Amino acid sequence: MDFKLSDEHRDLQAMYRDFAVNEVKPLAAEIDKTERFPEETVAKMSEMGLMGIPFPEEYGGAGMDNLSYAQCVEELSKVCASTGVIVSAHTSLCATPIYLFGTEEQKQKYLKPLASGQKLGAFGLTEPGAGTDASGQKTTAVLDGDHYILNGSKIFITNAGPADIYVVMAMTDKTKGNKGISSFIVEKGFPGFSVGKHEEKMGIRASSTCELIFEDCIVPKENLLGEEGKGFKIAMMTLDGGRIGIAAQALGIAQGAIDEAKAYVQTRVQFGKRLAQFQNIQFEMADMQTKIDAARLLVYRAACAKDDHEPYSHLAAMAKLFASETASDVTRRVVQIFGGYGYTRDYPVERMMRDSKITEIYEGTSEVQKMVISSWMGVK
Amino acid sequence: MNILVCVKQVPDTTEIKIDPETNTLIRAGVPSIVNPFDTYALEVAARLKDSIGGSKVTVMAMGPEQAKAALKECLSVGADQAYLVSGREFGGSDTLATSYVLSCAVKAVEEKSGENFDIIFCGKQAIDGDTGQVGPELAEHLGYPQITYASDVTFENDTIKVKRENDEGYDYLTCPLPCVITIVKTPYEPRYATIKSKMAANRAVIPTLSAEDLKIDTTMCGLKGSPTKVKKTFTPVREKHGIKIEDKEAADAAKELVDMLSDAKIL
Repeated sequence: MDFKLSDEHRDLQAMYRDFAVNEVKPLAAEIDKTERFPEETVAKMSEMGLMGIPFPEEYGGAGMDNLSYAQCVEELSKVCASTGVIVSAHTSLCATPIYLFGTEEQKQKYLKPLASGQKLGAFGLTEPGAGTDASGQKTTAVLDGDHYILNGSKIFITNAGPADIYVVMAMTDKTKGNKGISSFIVEKGFPGFSVGKHEEKMGIRASSTCELIFEDCIVPKENLLGEEGKGFKIAMMTLDGGRIGIAAQALGIAQGAIDEAKAYVQTRVQFGKRLAQFQNIQFEMADMQTKIDAARLLVYRAACAKDDHEPYSHLAAMAKLFASETASDVTRRVVQIFGGYGYTRDYPVERMMRDSKITEIYEGTSEVQKMVISSWMGVK
Repeated sequence: MNILVCVKQVPDTTEIKIDPETNTLIRAGVPSIVNPFDTYALEVAARLKDSIGGSKVTVMAMGPEQAKAALKECLSVGADQAYLVSGREFGGSDTLATSYVLSCAVKAVEEKSGENFDIIFCGKQAIDGDTGQVGPELAEHLGYPQITYASDVTFENDTIKVKRENDEGYDYLTCPLPCVITIVKTPYEPRYATIKSKMAANRAVIPTLSAEDLKIDTTMCGLKGSPTKVKKTFTPVREKHGIKIEDKEAADAAKELVDMLSDAKIL
């Protein structure tokens, strides 16, 4: 067992951190306030290779691995959770299923521009009536000659709007339940496809979250991703990987909050002492950092297992469950340490608290993670 | 255009803390970085390379083995190849000896590659020593013209155009090649590494040039070749009191200051 990062991972981590602190942090408050999608940051990240970290160079990727990808999302999320999830949804939920299940033609046509960052990706599974119970898909796809016709809608889709390429689930055979769901690659601009309502959210406000609308949307037959009827499996496997990204995002939010607290307790004086001199603060900080480190080990373990092609669903579920609950807990406690100042927008910790909540909800709620973990344990 | 950038690995002074008991710098555990002015020099060089087809940027540092980390950093942000100049003989070199060693290294690399450098860039000074002497002295050792404190260099109509800040504005200068140019903070930031460039830099093998490779006169380098003798280093005591000359026109204020300094027998 080796808990040491390789030189390569450490160097890239330093590079992500440098970029996050210098380019992402200065925008974080403004894009949260105005709900502005940070296109300029995405362009810079594309140039650096951050939009395709775990994919081979032959497909436009950076040729690194999932551990480095998780570290990138972590570093970005330390200063801006919205930027973290833009990378995570793009990489894990759109580029990854095309990499894993796409044909060579699909990889050339879609993975290359995604992994090189020329195009932005999104993933459409959730529907008004199909959240945690993703099997209740109402969107349909009917084969008509050389194309499918999609009808229905998706909600809460991360990156929708700015995204160019969408991996979308739709029912091709209602009689077969889960096994009647298929997966499609849909391009912005396909006839009958439009982006609907933009959600106003509590947190990750600079990440675009919208509805997708399919009205007799024409999708070429060759854009079927994987086999017909395998869509549910593709979606579940995609989410397994996505959870590492969201766990890394939660980890970043938590570490970012405690980094802010560390600086604050050194300077804030009450009762003639710096806050850091009070034992209650010392114990709070120690307790929180310990939880964050535990979360980090879980996240890195899941990423390494994925890189080693070992079963990792339960590891990703544990990482996401623990990291997201840690993020919520830590950010709430950090706001408490900041007191009244923490409740204002003059400090970033209230934003971190708002951003943290979603990590317990999207890409599988905490309850779903517990279902995955207990099922892996054989507790049924 | 064949470009050389001389860089120095320095302690990250933003990370240096002062021991409140002894009032001295705590250097332990302080990470090393590429001297920031050298990163600007490298960016100027990389931009020149981007604008002139067939150009190449070489970086060179004198220092111990660990200075290769600084060179790798440079390889990830625009440099094509790197050399480390290293050896016991060079330890303790002051600016005169350092610039002499670097001038020998320039000649050695030129001889080895069969190509001469057109421009040699240096940062205006290193943030640890702050002397600003190595660049100008390197030019003197090589017998090249030099332009110091440039903030940008471009290539137009087959000549270099150097922008230099002065108190009133800018000077635009040019000079024959080869030359030495020292660089201040540029109007643009150095580029970021990409994942690919970072990984390629990590894998790069950096050749070390020893005293033997440089065919150097060892009496002119290291402590032996350094006329500078450091008697003592200390943190100056900060005196807070001072005299403010207020509510005066600049010329009148200057006159009053000169009078005061004359009275105090400082001038």
